[in-house]
Amino acid sequence: MKLELHKVKVTGVQWGPVTELRNGVLTVNKAELLAKVSGDERLASLDADLALPGEKTRIVPVKDVVEPRCKLEGKNEVFPGFIGDVESVGMGKTLVLDGAAVVTCGKIVGFQEGIVDMSGPGAQYTPFSQTNNVVLIFTPAEGLERHDYEEAGRLAGFKAAHYLASAVKNSVKADVVETFDFPTLAQAMTAHPGLPKVAYLYMLQTQGLLHDTYVYGVDAKRIIPTLICPTEVMDGAIVSGNCVSACDKNSTYSHLNNPVIRALYERHGKDYNFVGCIITNENVTLADKKRSSSYATKLAKMLGVDGMVITEEGFGNPDTDLIMNCRKAETLGIKTVLVTDEYAGRDGASQSLADACKEADALVTGGNANEMILLPPMDKVIGFPDFANVIAGGFQGSLHEDGAILVELQAITGATSELGYSKISAYTM
Amino acid sequence: MTFRVVHYINQFFAGIGGEEKAGEVLPELRQGVVGPGAALAAELKGQAEVVGTIICGDGYFAEHMEEATAKILELLNSCKPDILIAGPAFNAGRYGTACGAVCDAAAKQLGIPTVTGMYKENPGVDMYRKNTFIVSTADNARGIKEAVPTMAKLALKLLKKETVGLGPEEGYLERGVRRNYFLEETGAQRAAAMLAKKLRGEPFVTEYPMPVFDRVEPNPAVKDLKNATIALVTSGGICPKGNPDHIEASSATKYGEYDISTFAALSEADSETAHGGYDPTYANKEPNRVLPVDVLRDMEKEGVFKKLYDKYYTTVGNGTPVANAKRFGAEIGQKLKKDGVSAVILTST
Repeated sequence: MKLELHKVKVTGVQWGPVTELRNGVLTVNKAELLAKVSGDERLASLDADLALPGEKTRIVPVKDVVEPRCKLEGKNEVFPGFIGDVESVGMGKTLVLDGAAVVTCGKIVGFQEGIVDMSGPGAQYTPFSQTNNVVLIFTPAEGLERHDYEEAGRLAGFKAAHYLASAVKNSVKADVVETFDFPTLAQAMTAHPGLPKVAYLYMLQTQGLLHDTYVYGVDAKRIIPTLICPTEVMDGAIVSGNCVSACDKNSTYSHLNNPVIRALYERHGKDYNFVGCIITNENVTLADKKRSSSYATKLAKMLGVDGMVITEEGFGNPDTDLIMNCRKAETLGIKTVLVTDEYAGRDGASQSLADACKEADALVTGGNANEMILLPPMDKVIGFPDFANVIAGGFQGSLHEDGAILVELQAITGATSELGYSKISAYTM
Repeated sequence: MTFRVVHYINQFFAGIGGEEKAGEVLPELRQGVVGPGAALAAELKGQAEVVGTIICGDGYFAEHMEEATAKILELLNSCKPDILIAGPAFNAGRYGTACGAVCDAAAKQLGIPTVTGMYKENPGVDMYRKNTFIVSTADNARGIKEAVPTMAKLALKLLKKETVGLGPEEGYLERGVRRNYFLEETGAQRAAAMLAKKLRGEPFVTEYPMPVFDRVEPNPAVKDLKNATIALVTSGGICPKGNPDHIEASSATKYGEYDISTFAALSEADSETAHGGYDPTYANKEPNRVLPVDVLRDMEKEGVFKKLYDKYYTTVGNGTPVANAKRFGAEIGQKLKKDGVSAVILTST
């Protein structure tokens, strides 16, 4: 399967009469954007705002971040099952507005939504301080059930991201074209003789409200682990419906740009032969955990791989899924590297994971999510700052009178990415 | 501006006397440097000044820990210190313990950085390594020439809020606490590189060695259930509606104690969950799913056991550090024991 990503660099975003992209600046007709996104009676109000890198702006509570993409060539559309039909994606050409993002922000659904600061000490922890953000702000219709509210907000983000890319697709030319080709299994098995074969075991958060992930529109807690082509991921086959604490939520943006897939591609043909990507879930019952970990590692064994990177999403309960996957893979003779983050307490003195095994001897960390940070007051707050006291990572008194917020990194969107999106790590002092 | 340093030493290094005086010397403050403080002051190179020295006998400290600590903190606070430097204590056990305890209290109550020095086998090391920087020293006072410059250098780094490196580089004994920092490569790049090394059989360094957990043996089964008082304790976050004590959705710093003596069952109208780690919809609709008051009341009526304890204890087990959980458990256990509870049903989420 071959996919070309046509990337157009976006270095700024502004409102204007016509939605267009010129000299790196994305101009958006706000009324048209809102018209495209509105129409869902589950949302009582819907508005949009802009947040640019370096501005003294805070966005809270952030639910998801989505990169504007649409198809240029090839069947179907991005985000299959939501924007596109459920037919396969991952082939042809896809337009990417690289440097732009849609951020969804609305009254809180659960406790897990996050904070994005566009400047100041918090900005270095979130990748979305570096993107030119179109922010959707919404409130739920009265009495709306929470699962329905979560879904309405999620869809609004996809619609907006798809609209922005679609509106400019006929008038832009890519700055960079990246080609990703994924061979058939038959070809992959005989390619690069002498190099070890590796796979990626991609764990998807599936614990319930604000803890779900969707694959081609299917709630991933109902899947049996399966193979997915990395190019399908780049077309939005996997989208986020969760905020398992904002810091280690894999946003739709980070799924689209999955850095592990990218890093394995970079070493493909040099250090190893990257032959497959397996998705699995993180359900809450023991039977599901056992079934999924056995099935996922069995698929890896069927592929005959020698090594595997395993990424987790979330913490605590899913640590058990991570450890089961690791132990079962190693027992089958597959060498593993795990990517996770840590909850070692505010002082860093407690155990970082809720589960452990001796086979987990190669681990990459996204840092201690409990570490505290003081986010200074901002000139502008988009959204609803009052929720700082109750979101995960916050506490009664988090929100100070002057607008500063004292929180754990846990509350910052994408701060301790378990896809290894950022450069943060932790060491034992 | 020069930083203000306070130095803590024992009666021996203050030149008051050896073991025979250890129990007699009460905490006292002297202006400026005393004993090894002179070497310390020299190593601070004019960037920080030793404004005072607090002296306490090792024996006195060991026998009156609470009073001595309180008095020392009072003396310390009166100096308006930017940092506390204690010792070095080398392999002197009681001196090391005192240095560790004083540093721990100063950090917690005054919020200032602290540095001490000990031999690696000093019992004070294991007690206080997580709470302060303990510079690795020789096992006797002849090592002072090496210890003091290292302690001073580390102190200056802390005062200037510079990044403190790993223990072996900076000369302190590993504290066992995790600190975040930024590397050159993303986590994904590091993972892909680590996998390549692991597959080639080359050495690689994990970023987090696996933790070790305590295991708690369950008590034997209750023999006389008919006369037992049963309590409910949960980490599932069930609390009175509105979460009156503001138990955190994640990383809980507290637990709640609530009365259920008049409840036949919990309901949507009176209870909810504070937990941020699972779908709260079903727990909020029917809180007995997490804290089964309804079923236990039935069993109480049927005489399966004698009494459902009048209170329940609750916290949120979502990203809550083991240290906090351990403290909650110990405190709750004591209260239940005091009230004659025979057995506890622990529910999670």
